[in-house]
Amino acid sequence: MSTSHVLDQKSKTAGYEADGSLASAANSVYETKQLNLWYGANHALKNIELDIKENEVTAIIGPSGCGKSTYLKTLNRMVELVPSVKTSGQILYRGRNIFDGDYGVEELRTRVGMVFQKPNPFPKSIYDNIAYGPRIHGIKNKKILDEIVEKSLRGAAIWDEVKDRLTENAYSISGGQQQRICIARALAIEPDVILMDEPTSALDPISTLKIEELVQELKKDYSIIIVTHNMQQAARISDRTAFFLNGEVIEYDKTDTIFSNPTDKRTEDYISGRFG
Amino acid sequence: MSVREKFDTELHSSQDQLIQLSTMAVDALGKSVSALLNHDIDAALEVIENDVKINRLEEEINDRVILLIAKQSPVATDLRRLIVIIKVATDMERVGDYAVNIAKETIRLGKEEHLAPIVQIEKMHKLATTMLMQVIDAFVEEDVAKAKEIAELDDQVDDLYGQVLTQLMLAGSEDPGKISQITQLAFIGRYMERSADHATNIAEQLFYLVRGRHYDLNK
Repeated sequence: MSTSHVLDQKSKTAGYEADGSLASAANSVYETKQLNLWYGANHALKNIELDIKENEVTAIIGPSGCGKSTYLKTLNRMVELVPSVKTSGQILYRGRNIFDGDYGVEELRTRVGMVFQKPNPFPKSIYDNIAYGPRIHGIKNKKILDEIVEKSLRGAAIWDEVKDRLTENAYSISGGQQQRICIARALAIEPDVILMDEPTSALDPISTLKIEELVQELKKDYSIIIVTHNMQQAARISDRTAFFLNGEVIEYDKTDTIFSNPTDKRTEDYISGRFG
Repeated sequence: MSVREKFDTELHSSQDQLIQLSTMAVDALGKSVSALLNHDIDAALEVIENDVKINRLEEEINDRVILLIAKQSPVATDLRRLIVIIKVATDMERVGDYAVNIAKETIRLGKEEHLAPIVQIEKMHKLATTMLMQVIDAFVEEDVAKAKEIAELDDQVDDLYGQVLTQLMLAGSEDPGKISQITQLAFIGRYMERSADHATNIAEQLFYLVRGRHYDLNK
């Protein structure tokens, strides 16, 4: 854990950031405390301490195998799909430990949507892709479903492009559009948090720009955590950045600080392309 | 060669060019003062002619750095280093321009005997040259302690400049016929004082490069 992070934490208690400016009024949506995770004997996450702020974009960066995707998948407990996984420590979502025995994973996932690296729409119509989640949650009224579909597609900035093609198969549109359909699908269940695992790595620069602009819009209503290999993307769109290395958080600070004057040499070496 | 190694090579080439530019600018300043002291019009003309080389090298450094930024998207210290190279190159190019200005004043003065403050102007030049040479060393070694000493020398240059102006005003009241030389020497004093200021600017840039924060060394 870097000094700046420790300072940041301490100063927030007093209501001020490390640089003396008033701390963001944002609450923590996630508080990760002493999180450890093992895949069998492999210690993949080590003593993670991270506060994810509400209505901010938090970028997680680090070389392949550093644990960033594992951490992301821990936030919605998707990582439990791996049979040999063992965890210790706590992740508080809105103050409640997601590992508590009585915390239903379905309940968590209605609050935490996820978008993956490759667009993965269902082999159904655009409309049915978006309506899928709400239907599972028992919404059958056509008028309400229509409203949700339109609202979600508008929210994902793709309504104008597909409003006349709602019955077409979601695979008939471009990769960039498919990814926005997946974001719309995540929005349809009205989540609180959106997890994004390298959401633009399979997209061309124009589609990437659209997703980045969308992320900026979405943070007004959602808290977004994005894993990215694209340093410039993290610098462009995130408010805070966490640098992971070998399962540890090396540095976590405001993105402006991480990319202009990081505290830890390993962070500087990574963002400057010296390893990874 | 890896992409990172290529970046480092280009960065070092830019730094080498900056040192070359700095040496040329300090050299031009020395030649212009020498031309002034010796009433040497030919040497003054040479300083003016050679300024185009300094200007061209500054442009080359800027183009090289801009291309590096565009192609490599550097961040943190890498980015600061490139921005500082551009800014220091501008400072040094200005020093070259002051050398040209002094050379032009030298030509205007011709063979006219110098007034007394020429002694202080010579001292200002020695100090300014020390500052500029020292700041280049500090830049190469990234030595902020050395950079801080430069700011202290700047106070001495400012004091000498004050003395030059006072003496010139006195000379003006004693012999109004010398007003032309008085004005020219006042300008030359000003050019020398500004050259020293550019050394201080570069020292501040070095602090920014090393520490990532802005410092005002003139306080």
